[in-house]
Amino acid sequence: MNNYAIETVGLNFNFDNQPIIKDLSLQVPTGSIYGFLGPNGAGKTTTIKILLNLLKSPSDQVFIFGKEINHNRIAILKRVGALVEQPAIYGHLSGKENLNNRCLLLGIKKTKTDEMLALVGLTEAANKKASKYSLGMKQRLGIALALVSDPELLLLDEPTNGLDPNGIIEIRNLMLDLATNHGKTILVSSHLLAEIERTATHVGIINRGKLLFQGTIDELHQLSKPMLEIEVDRIENASEFLKNAGYSITAQTEKRITIPFTNAKDSGILNSLLIQNGFTVSSLYQQRKDLENLFLDITKNN
Amino acid sequence: MRSLYISLFSEFYKSRKTLAFWAAIILPVVICGLITFGFYSSSEKILAMHYPPMLLWLRYIGAALGVMGVLILPFYVIFMAFSVNNIEHKNDTWKTLFAQPLNKFSIYTAKYLYAVILIFICLFLFAVLTLAFGHLLQVLVPKYNLNEFDPSVLLIKFYFKLFLSSLGILSIQFILSLVWADFLKPMGIGFVGTIMGIITANVSWKYAYLIPYSHPSLVLSSSTAVKKLKNPADFEIFTQEVWTSLIFAVVLFIIGYFIASRKSIK
Repeated sequence: MNNYAIETVGLNFNFDNQPIIKDLSLQVPTGSIYGFLGPNGAGKTTTIKILLNLLKSPSDQVFIFGKEINHNRIAILKRVGALVEQPAIYGHLSGKENLNNRCLLLGIKKTKTDEMLALVGLTEAANKKASKYSLGMKQRLGIALALVSDPELLLLDEPTNGLDPNGIIEIRNLMLDLATNHGKTILVSSHLLAEIERTATHVGIINRGKLLFQGTIDELHQLSKPMLEIEVDRIENASEFLKNAGYSITAQTEKRITIPFTNAKDSGILNSLLIQNGFTVSSLYQQRKDLENLFLDITKNN
Repeated sequence: MRSLYISLFSEFYKSRKTLAFWAAIILPVVICGLITFGFYSSSEKILAMHYPPMLLWLRYIGAALGVMGVLILPFYVIFMAFSVNNIEHKNDTWKTLFAQPLNKFSIYTAKYLYAVILIFICLFLFAVLTLAFGHLLQVLVPKYNLNEFDPSVLLIKFYFKLFLSSLGILSIQFILSLVWADFLKPMGIGFVGTIMGIITANVSWKYAYLIPYSHPSLVLSSSTAVKKLKNPADFEIFTQEVWTSLIFAVVLFIIGYFIASRKSIK
């Protein structure tokens, strides 16, 4: 249990008798970047709110740093930083004042403010009213607010929402830096797999309140079985020939035939076989199933 | 206790640049200033009435209290209760506020207490400025006899009573503003309530004291009776309407906490 920064045990949560979270067992290892993936409305934000005790979970189902959340709310929140939905910023205060106010609430020295502003690149806009910030600047201020207490665990709800490519790369690098160089555990939610794939060490996929997959990013990759794509002339005959030779055909279009990939040697044998029987093979290559499609498959089939 | 102090200080930090905070200071300055100007510019008319010192003070104080107590105080309280909560509604910061490692009850109490403190500051300034501007008036118009009577005890007692009588309204409006993010609902209900309060207090309805909105008016109308006495400062503070106001305040404060702690989850 001590290896997990976050652990939920068969978590169930209802809103007005409607189940939102069903039997969710998250296991977020300490020091990992955990990508929490799911389409909109899957229950990601609800889960994050439960992890912050904003929504009250049934007792003995949610453990943060090995401690039950309802009984250790303040002690746990002291070690957690969060960005939930849109960053919560007071528009009539400047970025600096927003951070000062948070320092005040957390009992931290205000010198931390400048450090945070520099970290997220807002030093120049420090005294500008936060309502005049661009979406990306607000998001960065939100992340600065989450980081100001130097928390061991960061909960980031779609932190790259509304950011331009530069901003997205900055946030990504910041997350990698925090996890690798500062030993932080980060749970980051997203509905974009490509986003998670680049940073996360672990992935959890949720849809309609249910956890459909949980594991390392490599385990997710292994789920996607490689395929062999063959481009060949006289495709109908080739297809017939391959079937008779004992191959199972996964898919067939006007241009190419797809069969499961086994190994390089087998591919070579297959190639020779086709050529020896008078077919012209214009291309033969190994194709990994796109993770994006895999994600769609996992979420659709359940 | 530390949580409460931190939250209270943060409330001040957040609102120190808003109208709600400055209204507590500007309101008494402007109203007392205007009345003093009135007494200064029409001093000849007033001098012709040959008021004794006590009565002149009472007329002067009454001018501020009349506008203040009946209309401005209830509306200021409505506005105050609204803006303390609106600062979180508008910025969608309730959830962040309740995700801080602070006691939830302290966060809520600090908000309520901050509104109470602002109303106290506002009324305290009214008492102090009335006294100060009165003496200024005496300097500007030496023919006045304001220096021959000391109204400070009366002023402090009276404004303190008015402060206590406004807490019932505050608690109702606080809850309304907690539940609804928009301005119109609490303002509309508060407006109707205030009108109702003024009417019921003026016709001396037997059960007017049960409506918190009538409490300031009730306190004021009891003061007209006071004027006939030889010592106007000799009145009771904890009358029926003040007790009712306090009971309303305590009960609604507790109910408000349960609303606030559920509110944070949305």
